[in-house]
Amino acid sequence: MRHVIGWLLLTPAAILLIAFTYWPIGATVADSLFSRGNPIRPSRFIGLENYALMADDPIFWQVLWNNALFALGTIPASIALALMMALMVNRALPGRALARMAFFTPTILPMIAVANIWLFFYTPDIGLIDQIAGLIGLPGHNWLGDPDTVLGAIIVMTVWKEAGFFMIFYLAALQTIPPELWEAARLEGAARWTYFRRILFPLLMPTTLFVLINAILNSFKLVDHLFILTKGGPDNASNLLLYYIFETAFSFFDTTYAATLTVVLLLVLAVLSLVQYVVLDKRIHYR
Amino acid sequence: MSAIAVEGLVKRWDGHAAVDGVSFTVPDNSLTVLLGPSGCGKSTILRLIAGLETASAGQVTIGGRDVTGLDPAKRGVSMVFQSYALFPHLTVAENILFGLKVRRVAKADRARRLETAARMVGLDGLLDRKPASLSGGQRQRVALARTIVAEQPVCLMDEPLSNLDAKLRAEMRDEIRRLQRALGLTMVYVTHDQTEAMTMADAVVLLNAGRIEQQGPPPMLYERPATAFAARFIGQPPMNLLRGPTPGTLTGVRPEDVMLNGDGRPARVEALDYLGAETLLRLSLDGEEIIARAPGRGAPQPGETVRVAWPAEAEHLFEDTGIRRDGGEP
Repeated sequence: MRHVIGWLLLTPAAILLIAFTYWPIGATVADSLFSRGNPIRPSRFIGLENYALMADDPIFWQVLWNNALFALGTIPASIALALMMALMVNRALPGRALARMAFFTPTILPMIAVANIWLFFYTPDIGLIDQIAGLIGLPGHNWLGDPDTVLGAIIVMTVWKEAGFFMIFYLAALQTIPPELWEAARLEGAARWTYFRRILFPLLMPTTLFVLINAILNSFKLVDHLFILTKGGPDNASNLLLYYIFETAFSFFDTTYAATLTVVLLLVLAVLSLVQYVVLDKRIHYR
Repeated sequence: MSAIAVEGLVKRWDGHAAVDGVSFTVPDNSLTVLLGPSGCGKSTILRLIAGLETASAGQVTIGGRDVTGLDPAKRGVSMVFQSYALFPHLTVAENILFGLKVRRVAKADRARRLETAARMVGLDGLLDRKPASLSGGQRQRVALARTIVAEQPVCLMDEPLSNLDAKLRAEMRDEIRRLQRALGLTMVYVTHDQTEAMTMADAVVLLNAGRIEQQGPPPMLYERPATAFAARFIGQPPMNLLRGPTPGTLTGVRPEDVMLNGDGRPARVEALDYLGAETLLRLSLDGEEIIARAPGRGAPQPGETVRVAWPAEAEHLFEDTGIRRDGGEP
């Protein structure tokens, strides 16, 4: 009887998880093993042929590389910036509430709105950056149109958008750290930097792990801005894995290849999360 | 040479003076307790001596050296916080040695000091633990060990025992006193607990609303309270304060000086507090409450009338401003 009640209690969550998480994952894996069907030749089982195709697809490798660069460019920078901002607004300073709000504002904006704002910044000649550059006599530059600068431009925008969100978590964690710890360290002759390195940062590690996982997931999940800014261009220079999956599925209508790419995305995320938990969790002090 | 002298110390926050012109001295190798109710400014004074707050006015000298504007780390003080301020992610040994590493003390020296301190406070075998797995008393010992290894001449303690249970508190009182003497520390100890003050102190500084009510050795505070506040604050139960004998004056009598036999004024027994060795009688004397100590058993019962009297030399006379009539200072 108790077993029945247990299962009944599990049912609502289980239904939602199966319908929207596990079933789609299973279906995606299954789809990736079939050929693309059309009215003349129906879809058939082809084993790992889609994966072989993917290994030979130069765009896939470029997109994967772009995504790695995007992750490396956004994650450490946004976390470091978030921590600096949190330390800044955790102190008693005039206009603290205003500063906190200003840092947090980019988080409330939808990514699409952020992309539109930055589109204005980056527009050649009439955009904000080129206008300021023009004032000091620098030539204009097509930031989003140049394959060498487009990924960098998108990274800067993403850091701006994400840092405020991560700051809130750091700020919350900082408020739980008793001020006597700093006072005790100070009496022992510790400089601010020593205190940060030896005491504060280790105590913030649980937050850092949480923020890191979110940042990594976001670097693979967040592609809204590409729709506004670049559509992955020029020449795939700013294309990211999820956007490539979207293009494959809904522009080229190659759903089975999109499924194959999706399986890769899922594997990447699973491996990254696993590594973080296994490697970092042991070194973290949880209160 | 590590005597502390505090001269005209003032700390204001938004115009309100938390410490309002406080002066006292702590002789070398002695223990002075700052005693008072919460909000009296005693912790603020300690933090001003440590350098964790900046004085609005006045001067602090340690060993004859003016430290009023000096960095806390350069004052030659160590401190035990009410919360112990242990670093939760470090082991006991790392906690104790944190300051020595910061100050770049040689490794062999560190090991020697750690061993000595751990033995003195009985932390052997716990050095690899994290603070979270220690009891309150053990955490307190880690905080003490941290001040021992610092080998600073002055030790400041901010209500160090208030998070411990009563039995442990009595133990730690003895232990802190023993350490202070063994190491020849000049100690300032903040508490709101008069038992700690009376049992541990060489001298007590009694504070109220940012000012000193009275300072001196514990027997002086008990036997010749300088103000009505001091009379009520020290002693458990507090001194009885009655109106009179003349208008505008108060008469104070300690409960143990109230005699119940003989031919005094009639008083009605309102209630009893039975404490085992003694019983506290709450009496009504001409409409005023007065407490008397009686033996544990055989005390009069509520509703009975007793006769109360006290010897004339047991009376303490105060003006209604609270000042002792015959002068507070001996």
